[in-house]
Amino acid sequence: MLLATTLVPLQAVAFGLVALGAPVVVLTRDPLRQALVNGVYGISLVCLFVVLEAPDPALSMLVVSGIGYPLVILAAIARVRGHERRKREKER
Amino acid sequence: MAVLGPALLGLGALFSWAIAGLPAFGDYRGPYGLVLNRVVVPLRHTTNVVMGTTFDVRGVDTMGEEFILYAAVIGVTLLLRDETRSRQAERRTRRLPSDAVRLLGVLMVGGGLLVGLWLMAFGYVTPGGGFQGGVLASGAILLLYVVGSHRDYRPFRDAHALDPLESLGAGGYVVVGLAALASGTAFLTNLFGLGTTGTLLSSGSIAVLNWASAIAVSCAMLLLFAEFLETYVVPLEPEDTAS
Amino acid sequence: MSYLPYAVAAWICLVGIAGVATSKNLIHLAVCLTVTQSSSYVLLLSVGYVMHGVAPIFLGTKLGTPAVDPVVQALALTDIVVSVAVIGLILALALDAHRLSGTVDPDSLADISG
Repeated sequence: MLLATTLVPLQAVAFGLVALGAPVVVLTRDPLRQALVNGVYGISLVCLFVVLEAPDPALSMLVVSGIGYPLVILAAIARVRGHERRKREKER
Repeated sequence: MAVLGPALLGLGALFSWAIAGLPAFGDYRGPYGLVLNRVVVPLRHTTNVVMGTTFDVRGVDTMGEEFILYAAVIGVTLLLRDETRSRQAERRTRRLPSDAVRLLGVLMVGGGLLVGLWLMAFGYVTPGGGFQGGVLASGAILLLYVVGSHRDYRPFRDAHALDPLESLGAGGYVVVGLAALASGTAFLTNLFGLGTTGTLLSSGSIAVLNWASAIAVSCAMLLLFAEFLETYVVPLEPEDTAS
Repeated sequence: MSYLPYAVAAWICLVGIAGVATSKNLIHLAVCLTVTQSSSYVLLLSVGYVMHGVAPIFLGTKLGTPAVDPVVQALALTDIVVSVAVIGLILALALDAHRLSGTVDPDSLADISG
């Protein structure tokens, strides 16, 4: 089964970057760092969508992975830390 | 872990079997894409065929998507109701430590809002659309919270103003569809006059639905972030002055 | 014959599922779920690609030039919106679980009752 004969090199590189980015996002265990790595993975997905001639999904992914995901993830992390800090102050 | 390995291998085998049956990359066989690319521009006078598909040919799907966002906002509001929410939030001000970052942020608020509005307005002419523009515009408004103080951001957090607007967007979508039903044709038929292709005055009800979804999405995003950010502001006073 | 795009989509899905299953933090779990969902976007757009096709935007392009499939792009758009809603709800549930039990570790959440 030939794997990549009808792909333009640009498309092969874009697919390769996305395939490389996904395990990196999963292997980053700290949620705060993972939010940043997820943003970079989102940008690589945007490049892939542009190379696949899909401007509307590319714009959506750009906006969502640049604004949507970091805001909810960072807000959730901050709230978890705020709760834990309040609990520790209450115990003291 | 012992169960996960074989399960993933089995799933991988199923995927390989499925992929072997697909046509090769680039060998597009289905008729719908080719038909739509030829037919949508003359029929609906919109040059962005993807938007024409989203809001006209498959308009019911997008109505469902609007209501998914709507339900998500309701769910998040119900889940994050916290009984210890304090009213101290209004009195606190936070300043970013670096002036250069604040200047850049202030410039980006205006720039982001303009680009978001442009994406919303020209959604059916060039790539873009209500959803993309809506999230970008709401992101630019939320940048006010990061760059300015909580007081600057407070008017955009008011649920009493945002809730009716969001319902206007989601409900407006249904009303346009029902208007088509009331005039004797099918639900969500494109009833309004189709203008000149390639200008802002074109594509009939696609333009109206585009704006309805833009309003609904931007208000939904603002509400979502307001719910998540609400109690964050309150208890972190000692650490924040140190940063 | 070329199957690399579909193989990449399957790989991303498996990696995401492995991340969800071995996660020790609910927020990390939510982000791994978005990685899994991104595999569906890659698959959809790869299926709709037409060799040497242009984007399906006809402002300035002559009608009749072969363009890629617009239906799967509309589906991918809806998919991205749905993933935002899903991650919002999952993080709200994670915060609720943290408030009730004091931990974001999914393995120790089994002890919540009532």
